[in-house]
Amino acid sequence: MYGKKVKLRLLFLSFIFLIVALSVFLILKSLEENVVYFISPTEIKNLSEIDITKRIRIGGMVKEETIKLNQNQISFVITDFKNEINVTYSGSVPNLFSEGKGVVAEGYLKDRSFFDAKKILAKHDENYMPPEVKEALEATK
Amino acid sequence: MLKNFEPNKIFLITSKAPKYVLFVFIIIISIGLIEALIISPEDYIQSHSVRIMYVHVPSAWISLGIFSVIAILSFVILIFKNKSFILIAKSLAPSGLVFNIIALVTGSIWGKPTWGTWWAWDARITSMLILALFYIIYILAWRIYEDQEKVQRVTSMIAILGLINVPIIKFSVDWWSTLHQPASINIFAKTSIHSSMIVPLALMTAAFALFSLLIFLMKYNTELIKIKNKGLDRL
Repeated sequence: MYGKKVKLRLLFLSFIFLIVALSVFLILKSLEENVVYFISPTEIKNLSEIDITKRIRIGGMVKEETIKLNQNQISFVITDFKNEINVTYSGSVPNLFSEGKGVVAEGYLKDRSFFDAKKILAKHDENYMPPEVKEALEATK
Repeated sequence: MLKNFEPNKIFLITSKAPKYVLFVFIIIISIGLIEALIISPEDYIQSHSVRIMYVHVPSAWISLGIFSVIAILSFVILIFKNKSFILIAKSLAPSGLVFNIIALVTGSIWGKPTWGTWWAWDARITSMLILALFYIIYILAWRIYEDQEKVQRVTSMIAILGLINVPIIKFSVDWWSTLHQPASINIFAKTSIHSSMIVPLALMTAAFALFSLLIFLMKYNTELIKIKNKGLDRL
């Protein structure tokens, strides 16, 4: 149907495309540690060794009823429902920071279960709804 | 079939189309803005800043869509030496870049009150920035090369290689942990946006699509007129 040249170009182009796509895949795969924005408490637990001088981000949910305010310091627990980590932080938190919501903390590990945060980011989930719907949902629970 | 895309035939349509597209665009953007800014409810947690989504999400979709179309056209251009698609691909790029930048800027404006930061180097945001760079390189390449044969090959190659980034953008939120939330609208799964918020989102998407069609038509007509004025009867 098509000439030899067309087939040759198709083959050549597909080959280049696949090679580049494969290289991108391999690069991203080997850089996975840097591509992820935060790591979970479980991943912290499974680390073979921890580096307390390295600035990292950990993420998960703020565990219910764990936010405690004392003077300038705020402390709470980040959980991924398997493992937990205690976080202390002094500074202002974003508006969306609350119990049961996603959070990303940036700072330094003190040990495997204590984290000293220098910056707190709130994570928004994929749910969007008006307040009335939320109330109705809560009521049926 | 592809003969119908030949510039002299298509110009009869594209030269008349903009005014009709503009008319429909004005109607839809008016209803869309009223829906998005006034009628639609505020969100239970982010309050009124949810309204940024009605600009942010359609812009992101359209910039991704346009890039995919450019890449597919480029594939046909390179393989089959199709001349008619060249100007179409070239004329699509500016509106794609504009919507890409709008998506990045509105995302940043939304991120500050919601996340607490203007910018995060997470996979979604970074890959979106890379898409913008691809758009810029694509548009610049059209300006840099003088030789027609060469410019077609270089720009098409840029678009095809940039296509690798498109699925990375789409699935970045599933493959890696990101600050950006996962997709709310899913074709195969339950949508997690309340129906009262889907209406303005759909209207704004339609309005932006019409706007990019309008910009595309204007750019395309300009390109055709440029060629005619040069006295070139071939592309």
